Amino acid sequence: MHSTRSSVTEMTAPLLSIRNLKTCFPTRAGLVTAVDGVDLDLYPGECLGIVGESGSGKSVTFASVIGLVRSPGYVAEGTIRFDGTDLRNLEAEQWRQLRGRDIAMTMQDALTALNPALTVAEQIEEVLLAHATDLPRKGRWEAARARAVEMLRLVGIPAPDKRIDDYPHQFSGGMRQRIMIAIALSCRPKLLIADEPTTALDVTIQAQVLDLIGDLRRELGMSVVLITHDLGVVAEHTDRVAVMYAGQVVEIGPTQELISQPKHPYTRGLIGLIPRLSDLDAPIKPIEGQVPELIGLGGICRFHDRCDYRLPQCRSDIPMVAVGPGRQARCIRAKENLS
Amino acid sequence: MSAAIQAPAAMPERAETPTWQSLRRFSGDGFSVAAAIVVLIFVLLAVLAPWIAPHDPYETDLLRRLQPPAWMEGGEWSYILGCDALGRDILSRIIYGSQVSITIGLAVVLISTAIGTVLGLAAGYMRGWVDIAISRVVDILLGFPYLIFAIALMAMMGPGLQNIILALVYKEWVVPARVVRGEVLAAREMEYVEAARAIGAPRLHIMFREILPNILSPVIVVSTIRMAHVIILEASLSFLGIGVQPPTASWGSMVADGRSFVLDAWWVSTFPGIAILVLVLSINVASQGLRDAFDPKFSD
Amino acid sequence: MSDMQHRPLLEVRDLEKVYHLNSGLLQRIARQPALNLRAVNKVSFSIQPGETLGLIGESGCGKSTLARTVLRLHEPTSGSITFEGSDITKLPHREMTALRRSMQIIFQDPYASLNPRKSVEEIVGLPLSLHGIAKRGEIRDRVVAMLESVGLKSAHMGRFPHQFSGGQRQRIGIARALILNPSFVVCDEPVSALDVSIQAQIITLLESLKRELGLTYLFISHDIGVIGHVSDRIAVMYLGDIVEMGPSREVLKAPKHPYTKALLSAVPQIDAGARRERVKLTGDLPSPIAPPPGCKFHTRCPFAIERCRHEVPALRDLGGDMKAACHLVSAS
Ligand SMILES: Nc1ncnc2c1ncn2[C@@H]1O[C@H](COP(=O)(O)OP(=O)(O)OP(=O)(O)O)[C@@H](O)[C@H]1O
Ligand code: SF4
Ligand code: SF4
Ligand SMILES: [Mg+2]
Repeated sequence: MHSTRSSVTEMTAPLLSIRNLKTCFPTRAGLVTAVDGVDLDLYPGECLGIVGESGSGKSVTFASVIGLVRSPGYVAEGTIRFDGTDLRNLEAEQWRQLRGRDIAMTMQDALTALNPALTVAEQIEEVLLAHATDLPRKGRWEAARARAVEMLRLVGIPAPDKRIDDYPHQFSGGMRQRIMIAIALSCRPKLLIADEPTTALDVTIQAQVLDLIGDLRRELGMSVVLITHDLGVVAEHTDRVAVMYAGQVVEIGPTQELISQPKHPYTRGLIGLIPRLSDLDAPIKPIEGQVPELIGLGGICRFHDRCDYRLPQCRSDIPMVAVGPGRQARCIRAKENLS
Repeated sequence: MSAAIQAPAAMPERAETPTWQSLRRFSGDGFSVAAAIVVLIFVLLAVLAPWIAPHDPYETDLLRRLQPPAWMEGGEWSYILGCDALGRDILSRIIYGSQVSITIGLAVVLISTAIGTVLGLAAGYMRGWVDIAISRVVDILLGFPYLIFAIALMAMMGPGLQNIILALVYKEWVVPARVVRGEVLAAREMEYVEAARAIGAPRLHIMFREILPNILSPVIVVSTIRMAHVIILEASLSFLGIGVQPPTASWGSMVADGRSFVLDAWWVSTFPGIAILVLVLSINVASQGLRDAFDPKFSD
Repeated sequence: MSDMQHRPLLEVRDLEKVYHLNSGLLQRIARQPALNLRAVNKVSFSIQPGETLGLIGESGCGKSTLARTVLRLHEPTSGSITFEGSDITKLPHREMTALRRSMQIIFQDPYASLNPRKSVEEIVGLPLSLHGIAKRGEIRDRVVAMLESVGLKSAHMGRFPHQFSGGQRQRIGIARALILNPSFVVCDEPVSALDVSIQAQIITLLESLKRELGLTYLFISHDIGVIGHVSDRIAVMYLGDIVEMGPSREVLKAPKHPYTKALLSAVPQIDAGARRERVKLTGDLPSPIAPPPGCKFHTRCPFAIERCRHEVPALRDLGGDMKAACHLVSAS
């Protein structure tokens, strides 16, 4: 059958496999289907980018993966398998075991995600003492502290042995983001989900943080999901990318190919509207219109109202189709040479 | 399913202002609405007292001295809640007494909210010496215990309805002033205030037209809560005999009148006491409801 | 060419803005040392009519303060601002108010910059009634016309800000700024709060309005792609100083100042060909309350030499309208 694997990972089994995920939020206006039929595979050691505009369902997809969908939201359908376990049927205790040890997630907002009342040392040690299996019996505390200092050094906090006893608010935004990464990585997880790790940061700090995640991925051999709305970030830091629109994956494939030859009209649009430093006079072409409300969609391509290529046949549910090795797109015209 | 993709702003053409939304939320909160209706009933009692009250509240009749309520031995249905030491009908006096409580409550809160809002706006928006001066006065006034402050003023000015209102306003304005100043400090940093300055809007316009409407909800909520407080204060002053003067019916002085015979004729103090309790409680519940309705955390 | 054609629309000389922290009464009583935050440090530049000057720099470097001081929404500490040939630095309040017709600003946050309790008609029409420009009936017509030119409908007039999407709100903010027919508009991060597809809509709108109405922009953004796209010239700020300034093409193709180089090399590029060798910076932005002595950038600069620690580099002409403030860069 169709394969979403890139050639590098052809042989291995996926570490994380999501099938037909559907996550809903009941609201006053009606049932919001924030994630609707998402299929994704993540292979060991790879970095998968998730791009899309605000509200496209990037965060909710991975909140579903780690079982942290905010109430009243719920996962309605689908299977999520991680390293052989079915994540949808885990007990609370099993979740506690898994989160932090095997899967770690850094949140979009570093300031609110860190506990303001605890020092950085306490927050890292807490995770280590709860999950790290390789700490010696004797002197567990000392070992945890030493490991915490080591993690801070790894993420580039200067004078980590002194600063480790500071509180989160005593660090700058970039440092807080790095502290979150240090906490996330302290137990050497197999999977790091980084939700917009750099959106709030300046470009120079953004570059530092993203380079750091890349280095650590290679060193520790983990897989990374990088959620972002910035195609530039995706282009420089990921192996494969999934483009999300209105709760669905609309295109997926190896990053370089997808960016140089986008198949879905929305992906084309996204790429066409980025101002390029290499060609200052190239016009930017906006995508007119707005993202649809996520209520009662179905029976029509979600991009229909904004699409320059729409046909009468687009008024139906559009499936993902293979459009090349390791590539898929959710468009009936994806195989044509559109221009 | 319908195939229509809705426009994101699937809103009615006729716009609903945020205030309306809040009021709509309030009206969905049954308990608070009930409390508000009780408050309204007291207001109606006050306004319609001459037509509703079964008897003249000042007419003494020594034959009916300490006559018990209707359902007790010696009671009479036309004097349902009984009579006081001068034989005056307690129900009628309670109905007339609501005039005092409501008038003073409303007058004090309205006047001090108006004063406090203007001063709070000035302090918060203009900052500088205006702020320092106003805040200093606020701090000093806050230092005095309220009741003692009011007693001292009443002692100086002498009793009477107007003087009670004055005595309470002298300190009461501090509360809205503080609330407003705090809200203004937050609101003046909002970009829409800066935007108004950028299009050349004068100060007064910014203070009263841009900022005030946005901070009005907390002010209204605080004022209603304070009204309960003021009503208790008035009752306390009257209870101490330095408030509204006899023979005017005031719940506080009625409670005081009955004090000496609580054991033989409990009804003389108990019924006005209950009136105070019910009114104050209803105001509190209603204002809680208002606060929830106006709190953006609960907004949709 | 005549002198008139060369006269800049806006000229700023040695503009300085210092915020005094800890200057409240309480702190003065407690004898806490007054802290001075020099948000804008003796900045000079000029903008020609019809030109767009782009201003880039990291958060907290003083971009917005500079813009607001130029418009005298904040009072300058020292220096001078000349607008359309006349010095407005000390212009009395009343005359400044009248001048606001010609100088406008579009804000970053489309949620915070519109009064939530006013309808679109009130928001966009207010400048007209405040300045007594149009009569009641006319105001309505002008608001309708303005809304249409920013891509909104007259049916939107009675609605309130919370009923619009971010992009639509930003259009309302643009309509409010342009309804007075200003000649100079500050765009303070006008698209930063918006989604990419909406960003492009607003940028193209601002560009076409500029052409139609002959506007002059001071365009602030931390997004270098956006700045490169809209600007004729670019100024780069670091901790309150302009460290490099010049024609967009030159600044982006051949940056001279090490900070500009680092900034540009950090921007993620979608085409692999456009990527540059990363100029890696160490450390974080120093606190603007206690900036480093000498070149303020020396704590992070990979090329810093001993001299940089104590000697402040001046913003020097490099020829070809380029300027940079670095000891290692000299005129070619
Ligand atoms: N707690 C909630 N209640 C109701 N709807 C929600 C809730 N959380 C998310 N949603 C809805 O789910 C959809 C997807 O949201 P999500 O946060 O995944 O988007 P995102 O792609 O991460 O966006 P961003 O780029 O802004 O982070 C949105 O329409 C959002 O309004
Ligand atoms: S399916 Fe049709 S409407 Fe949807 S993206 Fe493709 S061409 Fe456009
Ligand atoms: S003056 Fe020195 S420290 Fe400053 S930018 Fe130039 S080389 Fe770097
Ligand atoms: Mg998100």
